[in-house]
Amino acid sequence: MDCNQVLVSKVKKVIVVFTLLIAFLSIKIDTFAQADSAVVPVDSAVAKTAEAVSGEHGTVEHGEEKFEPTKVIMEHIADSHMWHLWGHTSLPLPVILYTNGGLEVFSSGNFHHGEQDYVGKYNTYRLEEDHIKVVGADGKIDEEASVLDFSITKNVAAMFVAIAVILIVFISVAGAYKKRVGKAPKGLQSFIEPIVIFVRDDIAKPNIGHKYAKFMPYLLTTFFFILFNNLFGLIPIFPGGANVTGNIALTFVMALGTLIIVNINGNKYYWKHIFKPDVPLWLYPIMIPVELIGIISKPFALMVRLFANITAGHIIVLSLISLIFIFETLAIAPVSVAFVLFMDVLELLVAFLQAFIFTLLTALFIGMAVEEHH
Amino acid sequence: MELVTPSIGLVFWTSLAFICLLILLRKFAWKPILGAIHEREQSIDEALNKAELAKQEMARLTSQNQDLMQQARAERDEILKEAKTLKDGILNEAKKQAQVEGAKLIEKAKIEIENQKKAALAEVKDQVSTLSLEIAERVLRTQLDDKTKQEALVANLLKDVELN
Repeated sequence: MDCNQVLVSKVKKVIVVFTLLIAFLSIKIDTFAQADSAVVPVDSAVAKTAEAVSGEHGTVEHGEEKFEPTKVIMEHIADSHMWHLWGHTSLPLPVILYTNGGLEVFSSGNFHHGEQDYVGKYNTYRLEEDHIKVVGADGKIDEEASVLDFSITKNVAAMFVAIAVILIVFISVAGAYKKRVGKAPKGLQSFIEPIVIFVRDDIAKPNIGHKYAKFMPYLLTTFFFILFNNLFGLIPIFPGGANVTGNIALTFVMALGTLIIVNINGNKYYWKHIFKPDVPLWLYPIMIPVELIGIISKPFALMVRLFANITAGHIIVLSLISLIFIFETLAIAPVSVAFVLFMDVLELLVAFLQAFIFTLLTALFIGMAVEEHH
Repeated sequence: MELVTPSIGLVFWTSLAFICLLILLRKFAWKPILGAIHEREQSIDEALNKAELAKQEMARLTSQNQDLMQQARAERDEILKEAKTLKDGILNEAKKQAQVEGAKLIEKAKIEIENQKKAALAEVKDQVSTLSLEIAERVLRTQLDDKTKQEALVANLLKDVELN
């Protein structure tokens, strides 16, 4: 009875917090969405006139530009060596390659949007489908050559932006705590504090128990890292727009972090549960592999869940925007914008929800690993 | 397929960036923030506990005050009662004394009156005797001319005297 009431009040609290955040942020998203829809047609118009004016641009047949939604959407979803700003302007990003010869660093602007090869110190490189390939002596791509691409891509740069914002926000908030010792929170502090307390009281404490303090930095960092990257992904223009948390590499790293934290902190009960479960001996050949798979499958689910949710959101928003160009009419724009607005608000909820779920499940797995009695 | 293949570069940078973020935030953000929140919560708890204690103290003091008041009231009643009995006693005493005194005075007055009466009577007797002598003298002077009358008078007088 008492537990039920507590749960109800907590759910209410969560609903209130989320509603307020959505109300607060939807204003911004609204303006962005409209700005976006206004900008995109102009973009295409500019592109067409540019095409018409520059005749010698025909190295890559541009004659009648056919709109391919799948290509556009996949280009956005995937990583890139350029950060598209507006129209035909892109921010070139540094390329860092680890080749057989050694480290090679140059600007991605050298590729001229993939139209030119770059002759580096050790090899000649070509940008194909936004992947850097080594060009052999015969002018063809050498598939054998092994090149490790450590470039600062769009996703990496967007992640750095998000990290910079996180650091600025939280270090300033920490400064506010130092300055206003024992006083009520104010400004940004009062916006962050309920979330921090939410992570502590509703995620860490109930799932981990009294040892929660040790894991708070990891849980909070995970929560805000995912949250900020999700939110930056929703902003359609620079410095947002990258599909950072919808990239399997990032979710892979996050899930790997959870896997490591959980298994490092696993106590003897946790390992006993895996290697000596309370089942008849003849079931061990089944149980032990299942438990071992369970170690991997839990973070794997985390990885796929975050990746799929965020990517799906981006695909839907882009598909709705693409409708304008598929039908080649502005008449569809209000419908698209209305749906995109709805989706953006939903994505805002998803941004919080996914950060919450990732952190909650991480806390749950940690709690299972450090549980004392069985 | 490309969508679900993690690229080595992004894995590397994400790991590096996340670890750096974790270390930086842990040192410069989470420690002070969580510490401050914890401290504030404790101080609030403490303040609430203190308030509770103060409330109890207040209640205790109030009940004590009430006890004192009651005691004082009882004492006052006692004193008033005593004073009343004392007063009654004094009054009674005074009354008795007054009565006694009055009785004495009355007695004295009575004796005085008696004395005065006696004196007055004696004086009246004196005067009566002088007056009677005078009367007798005058009567005698007028009546002594006639011998019979003298004798009748003497006899009468004698009669009267004897009656007295």
